[in-house]
Amino acid sequence: MIPQDPAHAASPLDPNSTTSLRLPGLDAIREAVRSSAVFLLLAVLLIVFAVAQPAFLTVGNLMSILQGVSVVAIIGAGVTVTLAIGEFDLSVGAVAASSVMAASYAMIVLGLNATETVVLVIAFGALVGLFNALLIVRLGVPDLLATLSTMFLLTGLQLIPTAGRSISAGLILPDGTTATGRVDPSFLPIGRSSLWGTVPIPVVIMAALAVVLFVLTEKTRFGRVLFATGGNEIAARLAGANTARIKTIAYVLSGALASVGGIIVAARVGRGDVSSGASLLMDSVAAALIGFAVLGLRRPNVFGTIIGAVFVGVLLNGLTMLNAPYYTQDFIKGAVLVGALALTYGVARNRL
Amino acid sequence: MGAARLAEHPETLVMPLLDIRSLSLSFGSTRALDAASLSIEAGEIVALMGANGAGKSTLVKILSGVQRADSGAVLWKGLPFAPASPAAAGRAGVVTVHQSTDVVGIPDLTVADALMLDCFIDGRQPFFLSTASVRRSAARLLKGTGIDLPLDRRFGDLGTADRQMVAIARALSNKAELLILDEPTASLSSLESQRLYALLRALKAQGLAILYISHRTADLQALADRVVVLRNGRDVGRFARPIDFDAAIEAMIGRPLPAAETRGAAAPGKPLLHLHGAALLPDSLPFDLTVHEGEIVAITGVLGAGKSRLLSTLFGVYPLASGNMTLAGMPYRPKGPAEAIAAGVVMAAEDRHRSSLMPAGWPGESIAETISLPHLARWYPSGLIDTRRENREAARAIERLGIKARSPDASVWSLSGGNQQKVVLARWDAAVSRILLLDEPFQGVDIGARQDIIDALRSQRGRATLIATSDPDEAHAVADRVLTLSRHTIETAAHGEITEPQALREQKEDA
Repeated sequence: MIPQDPAHAASPLDPNSTTSLRLPGLDAIREAVRSSAVFLLLAVLLIVFAVAQPAFLTVGNLMSILQGVSVVAIIGAGVTVTLAIGEFDLSVGAVAASSVMAASYAMIVLGLNATETVVLVIAFGALVGLFNALLIVRLGVPDLLATLSTMFLLTGLQLIPTAGRSISAGLILPDGTTATGRVDPSFLPIGRSSLWGTVPIPVVIMAALAVVLFVLTEKTRFGRVLFATGGNEIAARLAGANTARIKTIAYVLSGALASVGGIIVAARVGRGDVSSGASLLMDSVAAALIGFAVLGLRRPNVFGTIIGAVFVGVLLNGLTMLNAPYYTQDFIKGAVLVGALALTYGVARNRL
Repeated sequence: MGAARLAEHPETLVMPLLDIRSLSLSFGSTRALDAASLSIEAGEIVALMGANGAGKSTLVKILSGVQRADSGAVLWKGLPFAPASPAAAGRAGVVTVHQSTDVVGIPDLTVADALMLDCFIDGRQPFFLSTASVRRSAARLLKGTGIDLPLDRRFGDLGTADRQMVAIARALSNKAELLILDEPTASLSSLESQRLYALLRALKAQGLAILYISHRTADLQALADRVVVLRNGRDVGRFARPIDFDAAIEAMIGRPLPAAETRGAAAPGKPLLHLHGAALLPDSLPFDLTVHEGEIVAITGVLGAGKSRLLSTLFGVYPLASGNMTLAGMPYRPKGPAEAIAAGVVMAAEDRHRSSLMPAGWPGESIAETISLPHLARWYPSGLIDTRRENREAARAIERLGIKARSPDASVWSLSGGNQQKVVLARWDAAVSRILLLDEPFQGVDIGARQDIIDALRSQRGRATLIATSDPDEAHAVADRVLTLSRHTIETAAHGEITEPQALREQKEDA
């Protein structure tokens, strides 16, 4: 993302510099490999796993892979939005985890129904985003420090209303009374049922949000200004953009998307588990960073993030089917991330 | 091309200090250097002229060990010379002082620390240091060079000129025999430049060889013993004293200079912008200023005189400390760039890389996207981007301003400095504006592109243009009226009077 020295670039004063004259040489091949590498690898993985384990390439298994990655992909899309403004939201994992608790608390303790709960929890996520924006945009706290503090704050906050207990029906509250509510039965399908019996609802939500966010970031003027703020904030402001508002919206989006991820987790497990969402931050950040390598864009992009999440999901699912022990999973994710980053930054176009 | 041009550098019995023989280097299909030759002797200042992309930077990079040539030879004191790194070049006695002087020292350390930095690194200084011992060593170092610097000041508080002095002093302390200066006066005022000239002349008298890279004829007139002109990687002209600069500039741009400038006869329109008792800073003197429709006003002054502050204030980046502004008779008090733009006041700020362009490889880096950024809301009211609209606008700008680019969606980073500046200008030409503010618009812009930009500005008389520049030559070349800013206030604001800056008068007397 460092601007190239323009003196390095082909000068238009030089009659030889028009690229149309350039033969498709090594550069072109390297560029083609770089932009399709993730897809090629994904295809190779699918073939290898399908050959090694026939049960791998079934609709059911593929859908379960997508369902498994949907939460990470949705949260990762939010991370992508904050990466686009050149910042980093470290609080997404904590927002998702506390959203799981908030959803369960809303239904079991406050007795709200599914719709009220969903609205409340997304509002909670958006509010956390607003709080991050307050720290970063208004008070000028550096993004990493601000969102790290928010993460800390939320990790602690989610334990206070229940005195550190997980939330399920019949929860004994800190004041000694027993919670009277229960999980609304119409809430659970968000995480558990499938459309036409094949496509899990979380996958539908992921696909819908992916399309909306892809269009928003890549095809609208909001997206243009979003990336302009991340690329060169001074230039964006001097071009008349309200960068403070853009940044605020980015953090609100990030928080809201993380809470959607939390809602799906809550509906899948059906209770408020204090330990849920432990790995969500790392996994969603990894997906967003692997996304840099997809299409060789070398920048945050929503499509890449989704593919990055799916790639990791396919790899873990396939290896698990081939009896790779569960404790190797984090190592594998780390290896994929290192490989993707090496691909993104190492196979550079113009390394002069 | 004039009698002063030497057909061939005469064979001398004395071996040159540095002898570059048909040096070539290609990047892909671009020949950055194409059999360029050049020689420098001790105690000589050789100026290297060339438009952007002519190969000057590439040559410097080869000499300073950043890049290697494909073919050709560099002889240093008669021996082949191919340094592996800037440090290796420095050890051999070839030191480059770059245009950007921020990296010379560390903002929070003192000037003495900055001077001794090399000695800290290579172990010439003891492991345990005290402020007093560092200051003593630095003072000793400075004494040997004849440069005067405030040793106890924070490096971060130094101006560009002093930072350059630090860089030169360090080069000298490392026993430099060839000093390469890359656009050293690009951000210096005339007075600061004079100080640099005096130092360089003194160093030359001590036998230092200097390779001086600059666009500014004022520099070269003051300093150069010989001029070598690069174009498209080839050395296309060599000139010895007395140097025919018109011929050198023609060799540099590869075409004759435009005929005598036709100044758009000053028939100033209605008063457009008024500043009444305006103070830029709480402690600066208030001034009045009136700008008329259709006129081009240049604002000169030394670095830090408040030129950028004035333009940024008009653009709503800073509020006025006191006083008031009116625009077309209405009170004008923008709270930010967005409000200024809405009122028809637009600015291309100083240092286009920092203030106008997106980084390479990032969305928004293309010519069309660079132009469209401030106009997105108007061009795309639905919110959805249709690239045909901006590509059409960009194609029109490429045509009108003569931007040398492959297509509207080419990256701005594939363009030379002059063409990048044209893109920035095209951004603000893409919509009707009342006042165009340009802060140092000719930074890193070669003389051919500069003339194109001046012509474009002159032909657009529907608005008023304010140009801030520290170069008085530029100011007089472009403007109907020149104002001088000093300590954040305008020295002479009388309408119609072309004030001649003090520095320019001195220069003329010198010549």
